[in-house]
Amino acid sequence: MDFNENFILGCSAIGAGLAVIAGIGPGVGQGIAAGHAAAAVGRNPGASGDIRSTMLLGQAVAETTGLYGLLVAILLLFVQPLLP
Amino acid sequence: MEHGILLSGTDVDFMIHGVFQYSFFGHPVWITTSHVCILIVILILTGFAIAANRAIAKGSEVPGGFQNVVELIVEKLDGMVDSTMGKAAPRFYNYIGTVFIFILFSNISGLLGLRPPTADYGVTLPLALVTFALIHVNKWKYQKPMTIWEDLCSPLPKWLPIWLPINLISTVAVPVSLSLRLFANVLSGTAMMALIYGLLGWFATAWPAALHVYFDLFSGAIQTYVFCMLTMTYIANEIGDGTRR
Repeated sequence: MDFNENFILGCSAIGAGLAVIAGIGPGVGQGIAAGHAAAAVGRNPGASGDIRSTMLLGQAVAETTGLYGLLVAILLLFVQPLLP
Repeated sequence: MEHGILLSGTDVDFMIHGVFQYSFFGHPVWITTSHVCILIVILILTGFAIAANRAIAKGSEVPGGFQNVVELIVEKLDGMVDSTMGKAAPRFYNYIGTVFIFILFSNISGLLGLRPPTADYGVTLPLALVTFALIHVNKWKYQKPMTIWEDLCSPLPKWLPIWLPINLISTVAVPVSLSLRLFANVLSGTAMMALIYGLLGWFATAWPAALHVYFDLFSGAIQTYVFCMLTMTYIANEIGDGTRR
C-alpha cells in the first residue's frame, strides 16, 4: 500500500492528540496526592512544611508518565519519524 | 518547518539549531545552540564562584552582604543533603550542590532568553548516567555480592532467578526515567512558551510573564529538587547503615 505525505502527517497529528490523553492519569494522581496532603495539613498543621515538600516530590514523580505521552506527541509532530 | 503543521506558526521555533559544523575523525559534528547556552551558563556560574571565593577568602566573623548570601546558599544545600542522606552526607555535599546549582540555573536560563540547556536530551542523559554510576559504585562498595544477587532475584528465593530479567530492566529504567523526567518537563515549558510567543504575535505582551514564573521558575526549581532528591535517595538506599562489607 502507498500513502501520500499529507495522509501520514494527518495521522501523526491524530496520534499526537491521542498520546496526550496520557495526561489524564497524572492529573488524577496529583489530585489525589494534593487532597491527601490537604487532609494531612488539617490533621497536623505543624507539619505543613514537610507535607508540602513530600507532596511536591510525589507529584513530580507521578507527572513522569504524562510527560512520556507529551514526548510521544512532540516526536510525532516535530520529528515526524513516520515519513518515508 | 518544512511541512506546515502549525498553519499560522511560521516562527514557532523551539528546536536546537546547529551553529557550525566541523569534522571529527571524518564524522560531521555540530556545535549547537545547546553548547552555546551551556557555555553561557557555565561562564556565569564560574564568575559567581570566583566572586564567592574572594568574598569568603577575606570574609569576616560577622558576615555581611554578599558573604551572607553565599553562606546561606551553602547552608541550605548542605542541610538538604543532610536531611536525606544522614551519616553519608558529607561525602556528597560537593556533588549534589554542584548538580543542584547547575540544573537550577540551566532551568531558569529561559528567563534570560536562552534555550534552557536541560531541554536537550544530550545534557540530561549524562547527568542521569553519573547518578547511575554513583548508585552502582556505592552498591558494590557497601553490599556483599550475595546480597546484590538476592536483591536481583528479590521476590523469589535466590536459587530461582526467574525475576532477574525484570529486575535488570527496572535497574536500567532508573537513569532513563530520571533523565526523561527532567528533559520532558523543561521541554514542555519551552514548547509552551514558544507556541504562545509564536502563535499569538503582538497579543502576547507582558502577561506571558506570569507563565514564565510557572514554567521557568516554579517548574524548574521543582524538577531540580526532584532530580537531586531522587539521586540522594537512590544512593542512600545502596549505602544502607554505612558499614562497609
